[in-house]
Amino acid sequence: MFEIPSFAQLTDQINSCTDEDIKRSLRAAHLSTHDLAVLLSPAADKHLEAMAKRSADITAMRFGRTTQIYAPLYVSSFCTNRCSYCGFSADNKIERRILSLDEAEAEAMILHHRGFNHILLVSGEAPAKLGVDYLEKLALRLRNRFASISIEVQPLSTEEYARLFTAGITSVAIYQETYDRNIYDRVHIAGKKCDYDFRLETPARAAAGSMREVGIGALLGLADWRAEGLALGLHLAWLRKNFWRTGLTVSFPRLRPAAGEFQPLCEVNERDLSHLIFALRIFDPDVGIILSTREEARYRNGMLGLGPTRYSAGSCTAPGGYSDPDTTGEQFSIGDQRSINEVCAAIKQKGFDPVRKDWDAAFQLQ
Amino acid sequence: MLKIADRTFRSRLFLGTGKFDSAETLKKAIEASGSEMITVALRRVDLNDPADDIMNVLDRTKYLFLPNTSGARDAKEAVRLARLARAAGSGDWLKLEVTPDPRTLLPDPIETLKATEELVKDGFIVLPYINADPVLALRLQDAGAAAVMPLGAPIGTNLGMITRFQVEIIIDQARVPVVVDAGLGAPSDAALAMEIGADAVLVNTAISIAGDPVKMAAAFAQAVEAGRAAYEAGLGKKSSEASASSPLTGLDFIKD
Repeated sequence: MFEIPSFAQLTDQINSCTDEDIKRSLRAAHLSTHDLAVLLSPAADKHLEAMAKRSADITAMRFGRTTQIYAPLYVSSFCTNRCSYCGFSADNKIERRILSLDEAEAEAMILHHRGFNHILLVSGEAPAKLGVDYLEKLALRLRNRFASISIEVQPLSTEEYARLFTAGITSVAIYQETYDRNIYDRVHIAGKKCDYDFRLETPARAAAGSMREVGIGALLGLADWRAEGLALGLHLAWLRKNFWRTGLTVSFPRLRPAAGEFQPLCEVNERDLSHLIFALRIFDPDVGIILSTREEARYRNGMLGLGPTRYSAGSCTAPGGYSDPDTTGEQFSIGDQRSINEVCAAIKQKGFDPVRKDWDAAFQLQ
Repeated sequence: MLKIADRTFRSRLFLGTGKFDSAETLKKAIEASGSEMITVALRRVDLNDPADDIMNVLDRTKYLFLPNTSGARDAKEAVRLARLARAAGSGDWLKLEVTPDPRTLLPDPIETLKATEELVKDGFIVLPYINADPVLALRLQDAGAAAVMPLGAPIGTNLGMITRFQVEIIIDQARVPVVVDAGLGAPSDAALAMEIGADAVLVNTAISIAGDPVKMAAAFAQAVEAGRAAYEAGLGKKSSEASASSPLTGLDFIKD
C-alpha cells in the first residue's frame, strides 16, 4: 500500500535544493518527484515568474484557452466527526440540516436553470443520516439533467463507489486535509475521520470502483505547504501508476473563516498558493487543478490560464442555500461572491472560454 | 478531389473545435481554413439545446458535421454515445475515439476495432482515430471503416510527424483514405503529411492555441495545398551526395 514519508524527511529533501537544481528541473522534459521537491523549495521562490510562464504554457497546450465551470450542492451539514478546523464539526453549535431528496432535487434544478451542467454533491460525514442509498437515489433523479455529477462525502468502499458509478456519479473528491500524520492526529479529535490510513486509501478505492475521475487535495493552513505539496505529488504519482484509466484532479483549499475558534496553524499566502499550483502543474501537465470560491475574485481572475483548469461559481456552502439565500449554517464563508454569469463574463474578458459542459450523461447510462 | 464514403471534399484540411478561446474565434478560424469537415466532441455540445454556442457556429449546409466520441473508455460507451447522438440528429458520420487513458488520450486498438465492427453494422460511416499501426489500419479497413485516422503524434503535443515511417506504410497499403490526425504542430508538419501522400489532415490544438488562431488556420490551409500539390507533382528523391541539376554527361553516346 501507498505510504507517505514523514514531513521531517520531506522537508529535508525540499530544503536541500539549490539554485542550479531549479534551473535543471525547470528545463526537464519529464519531471520526477525529486524535481517537484526542487520546484517547491525556498530556493525556487525567486523563480516564481519563470514557473508561472512554464505552467501557463503547459496549461494552454493541454487544456486550451478554456476553463470549466461547476457548482457545489451542499446536501447535509450533519457530521459525526470532531475536526478542529471545520464549520460542520460535531461540537459546533450551528443550525444542522439534511435536504430531503425533493429538496435536493429542487436545489439542483436552481443550479441547472442558472446554467450549470457539472455539479458536486457535498455533505458532512453522518452515514446513518446520509449514506449510499441517499446518494444513489439522488443521482438517479439528476443524471439526465447534468453532464456530470461528482461527490465530496465520507469515504466509501470500492463496492459502494461502483454502485454510485452505475447510478450516474462520475467522480469523487476526497481530500487528505493534511498528509502530516502528527498534525492530522491533532486536528481530527473524534470520529471515523481520525483514521489517517483509511482516508489515504480512499482515492484508490474510488478509482478501483471505476470512477472516471478522482480529486485529491490538501487543506492549506494546517501544515507546511511545501511538504504538503510534495506529499500530494507523491500521492498523485502513485495513483497514476496504479490507476492509468482514472483522470486525476488536485485542489488546494485554503482555510477560510468558519464556525468555531480555530486559527490556521501556519500561514499560506496567495504567493505560496500560486507557487504550489505552478509546481504541481509543471510536475503533472495533465492533472486538473481546481480553484474554488474560497479565493477572492481578484485572485481567481489573475490565475486564469496560469495553471487552474476548473472554477466553481456562485457557490453556497449551506444546505438549502440556493433556494433560500438567508439560510445559515454554512461550512465556511466564501471569498468570491460573484454569480455564474459574472464569473463567465470575467473569464471571457481575459480571453478564455468558460466551458459549462464538458461531459455527457450518455456516458453514464448503463 | 478527396472522396470519403459518398462525399467529395475540395479541402483536405479538417478541423477540430476544442480549446478555442470563444465560439467567435472558432467560427472565424473555420472560415479561414476553408475546411469542409469539422469534428466536435459530443461531450462538449448539447444537441437538444438550440442555443448551444458551438452547434450554432457550424452551418451544416456548408460543413460536414463529424461528431466524435472523445472520452469513451471502451467500445460499449462509444457505441452508446454514437447511437444517442444519431437519435438526436447528429447524422451517420462518426469520428470514433476510444481513449481509456485520460493522460495521453491514446486510442485503444482492441476496443476501437470492436466498436467499428458494431457501428458499421449499424450503418454509421466510421472514421476511427488510431495509433499509427499499419496492421490495425488494415483490420479496420476490412471491418468497413470509411477512412483511417492515424496520429502524427499524441493529441495536443504539437510534435509533428513522429510516426512518419508507420504512416508511410499505412498510406502505401490502405485502400481507404488516410487522414493524419493529432499532433501536427505547425503548417510544415501538415505539409509533410500531405507530401508523403496522406489524403487529408485534421488539426486542432496548433490552431486553437496559436497567438492568432484565424491566421494560423489560413496558414495550415496553404500548407495542406502546397503539400498535396508536391505529392501530385512527384517529389525528387533525397540524396546525401550532390548532383548537378543539369547532367554534364548524359548517356547520349549510346546508339541503340
